[in-house]
Amino acid sequence: MRGWFLPLAVLFGFIFLYAPILSLIVFSFNESRLVTVWGGFSTRWYGELLRDRQILNAAWISLKVAFWSATLATIIGTLGAFVLTRFSRFTGRLLLTGMITAPLVMPEVITGLSLLLLFVSMELTLGWPAGRGLTTIVIAHTTFCAAFVAVIAQSRLRQMDESLEEAARDLGAGPVRVFFDVTLPVIMPALVAGWLLAFTLSLDDLVIASFVSGPGASTLPMVIFSKVRLGVSPDVNALATIIIGIVLVAVLIAGWLMRRAMRNPL
Amino acid sequence: MIDARQPAIAAETKPWRSAGTRPFISVKNIVKRFGDFTAVSNVDLDIYKGELFCLLGESGCGKSTLLRMLAGFEQPSSGTITIDGEDMARVPPDRRPTNMMFQSYALFPHMTVEKNVAYGLLREGLSRAAAYERAGEMLRMVKLEKQARRKPDQLSGGQRQRVALARALVKKPKLLLLDEPLGALDKKLREETQFELIKIQESLGVTFIVVTHDQDEAMTLATRIGVMKDGIIEQIGEPREIYETPNSRFVADFIGSVNLVEGRIDAVAPDLMRIQTEELGPVLLPPQTGYTRNQQVWGAVRPERWALSRAKPEANPNAWQGVVEELGYIGHMSHYRIRLDNGVLIRASQSNRLRDEDPISWDERVWISVQPAAFRVLTR
Repeated sequence: MRGWFLPLAVLFGFIFLYAPILSLIVFSFNESRLVTVWGGFSTRWYGELLRDRQILNAAWISLKVAFWSATLATIIGTLGAFVLTRFSRFTGRLLLTGMITAPLVMPEVITGLSLLLLFVSMELTLGWPAGRGLTTIVIAHTTFCAAFVAVIAQSRLRQMDESLEEAARDLGAGPVRVFFDVTLPVIMPALVAGWLLAFTLSLDDLVIASFVSGPGASTLPMVIFSKVRLGVSPDVNALATIIIGIVLVAVLIAGWLMRRAMRNPL
Repeated sequence: MIDARQPAIAAETKPWRSAGTRPFISVKNIVKRFGDFTAVSNVDLDIYKGELFCLLGESGCGKSTLLRMLAGFEQPSSGTITIDGEDMARVPPDRRPTNMMFQSYALFPHMTVEKNVAYGLLREGLSRAAAYERAGEMLRMVKLEKQARRKPDQLSGGQRQRVALARALVKKPKLLLLDEPLGALDKKLREETQFELIKIQESLGVTFIVVTHDQDEAMTLATRIGVMKDGIIEQIGEPREIYETPNSRFVADFIGSVNLVEGRIDAVAPDLMRIQTEELGPVLLPPQTGYTRNQQVWGAVRPERWALSRAKPEANPNAWQGVVEELGYIGHMSHYRIRLDNGVLIRASQSNRLRDEDPISWDERVWISVQPAAFRVLTR
């Protein structure tokens, strides 16, 4: 029984997970305008995509948002993780421990709604951020991406031999110097992995972005979603294929970096 | 406490022997508590310039905590630490005249060997050229100049140990702290490295404090040993003092192996002292002052001090008869376990000095005897 059962189970698993994505990729090369009818191989829709100003614009916004929120999330998440792993006692430690991972389990709708309310009331009282757009999306994405980065950075910091930091102190480096000379280089692979993960998460997000975006700041997932509501057109397939490619590469690099980091616990 | 039979040695090589010498490192009444747990309690310790002092004890005895307080990684709950006349309270680790060699070596994995060694010098404000030159000299001393451009993960365990030593010594610290410096090496390499370490320490004249759980290592390396237990230093002394004149049953048993007999003094005279023991009946001990009749004492005797013979030894009343129950022949020595007629087990060992002697073997009935002077009298 073991001879055929396991491979079959694996096959079903793969089909279940990847058949939809595979069909999407196949149909992105469809000549026909009808999404469900195969009309021969063509890269026509990729060409169409490049001429679509709206999509290109949205893609550019999405990349900018993903870049800035991943970068900010990496900085904030790393600092949070550092404080939690290296300082054993400070006021509010328990609260921070609990709250740092809260965005991971919070429903996106609630995160989006609460951030929208925050931005509106901030605009009314502080005058900033003026309206909603790129800035508010970046802030919103930073909040939940920082949680992911913090989790990854924390596991690496825990694994790191703390006597490395003590050795640097002992050799005459002050605490800030130690962080930049020793801690940061040692956990760097985990931070790069965290950045890539944050980048893809930001690129994928539709729900939170929809809540906090404003006119002229539609991200790619928002544009795709609105297009699909008018009927699936083949150029969306092409676009989705490209996004899958980018995300896949990022996730693979992140995974590879994390595995390499785990293997060198020095 | 100095054994009168030891030869007199010039005071400057053993400064702790002459009263009035100013200690280089002075630990006064130091306490370290972690929550409810007291890791180090009321330790007093004076260490002199150029010493190689070993803190010896089992894991959890507080020796590493004491070392970390000297390095500045832990703040004492109370008490003071003075290094070369300077109070170390509130001095952070990066400003202390100490360096530490870590048990895990703690080499920076992302830096080359050379950079690891030069790191401390660069932090001191030395120019890059000068720092790398001194690092190179140091690497030559530990015979690693060829590995200067390698990363730590490309080195063997022994090489890493030497890099760690070079990195800790390159700043010429007043005090070098070594946490189990040879713990990660295999036995053969450890023995070689012990003497290497002593040579380096003597040539640089740096004061070393070594933490170890390995008594052989402590005996080989140390000018003096501090035996620790439960946060307290049980005894401080030269290796020979610790072995020959332990001050408690714990120390006697911890360093080497020992036979202990318990009893009450039943005769004190100027030329002898006799105790009545459960294990051996009456036992003659060397004459001592300061003991009273009926006082409870222990007699400790090392296995190698017993004499084994087939014939009854003349003129030594400290003699008993028994049967060889176990015999371990390890080449230069043979370890015996002898069951006396009253059931008591005695550990004895004999050095095998002749190739062709007729050794006492299993199940033989033998006499074992010991000179009264071989006993160390203990009161705790």
